[in-house]
Amino acid sequence: MKALKTALAIACLAFWLPAQPGPREIAITARRFEYTPREVRLKKGEPVILVLKSEDVTHGMLCRGLALDTDIAPGKETRVTVTPAKEGEFTAICNHFCGSGHGNMKMKFIVE
Amino acid sequence: MEKTFDRRAFLKITGTTLGAGALYRVGAAAGVDPRALALAGTLGSQNGERVTPFTFVQFSDTHVGFEGPPDPLGTRAFETAVAAVNALPRQPELVLFTGDLTHDSEKEGESLARMRRFQEIAGRLRVKALKFVPGEHDAGLDGGALYRSVFGESHYAFDHRGVHFIALDNVSQGRPVVGPEQLAWLGRDLARFDRSAPIVVFTHRPLFDLKPEWEWYTGDGDQVMNLLAPFENVTVLYGHIHRNHTFQSGHARHLAARSLIFAFPDPQRTEDKKPDPFDPSAPFRNLGIRQMDLALQGGKAALGVDEVELTTREFAGTVGINQILKGVDTE
Repeated sequence: MKALKTALAIACLAFWLPAQPGPREIAITARRFEYTPREVRLKKGEPVILVLKSEDVTHGMLCRGLALDTDIAPGKETRVTVTPAKEGEFTAICNHFCGSGHGNMKMKFIVE
Repeated sequence: MEKTFDRRAFLKITGTTLGAGALYRVGAAAGVDPRALALAGTLGSQNGERVTPFTFVQFSDTHVGFEGPPDPLGTRAFETAVAAVNALPRQPELVLFTGDLTHDSEKEGESLARMRRFQEIAGRLRVKALKFVPGEHDAGLDGGALYRSVFGESHYAFDHRGVHFIALDNVSQGRPVVGPEQLAWLGRDLARFDRSAPIVVFTHRPLFDLKPEWEWYTGDGDQVMNLLAPFENVTVLYGHIHRNHTFQSGHARHLAARSLIFAFPDPQRTEDKKPDPFDPSAPFRNLGIRQMDLALQGGKAALGVDEVELTTREFAGTVGINQILKGVDTE
């Protein structure tokens, strides 16, 4: 009985305590032939969730420095968690062919 | 002490790039040990067809339909290269096109019109054995449906004079990948060959990480190369990067061909992926002719020949065309 009371007390306490914040979310929009924003700053070791959307066709995002490689299909959110392992500037490119300007569709992640 | 014979050494592939690509010659290398020639016959019986000398040409990145800067000449370089090959004193037996035959268009009917225009120009070649793989500009927007309706399957294999040719498609899925289905097919295709069989793979994108930040890679290229790793004589021909490049991985030599529309710079010299500017005084600069002369490291000194030998001499623009018209195609 005592154990049950203790468990209930802990449950109540947890309910009233403020929730721990999850990883920061960063929205990035892809459209032919650019990303918005074109530059994103991250912190080394801090996990973030990239919320990726396409406004037109299927795009991709490849960033070897962040171990990131995903398609970005239109009509839905693509959520990817990344945890930068090292500082530096890392170029991300579209790696799903999206038309004639595809070859220069890119953005930059700056990890501090 | 008697020299040891390397069974790989009898095959020689020399390359002469023509703006669009390269002229390759397959055959016994000069100075080859007589035992090597005997071995060619032995290999022939092991691998099926006997290896006998022949030449073939690689064209790449003709981008039919592309207009405007940096190249205002449209198909001129492509047409000139076709004429140059037709003028070769000894005609090649095959022409391989390693992708981006056309430039993409979303205008109704325009992509098909560009593919027909490509076929019309390529059809002027005296060589009638033409083999193709798509580039992303041909097949990246529709999963390769239109390309296949015009050119046929985007991956396949065939044998020619004892050499096994493999066409790989690393563009039709939109992403730079070959994909599990094609990898499984490749594994089955290779299963019947002895590891000494000469193999030529032709595809559009590099099968190794040449410059991922410029999309010069294939995501599962390492899996392709793992399947090819047991084979002792592999040449991978590709395009996409619009410049010559040579790379060795294991037994495989990777050779990129120049484009016939515009050139990209050396990625080690710049971070900007911008085509080289057009120079009206040298319209075919970096689209010209290159003959390569390169001895492989690790060549078998005992025989004095190499598994693959590339040779090159570089000529610019019309000088190069004139050189080839005079018959650069000499041993």
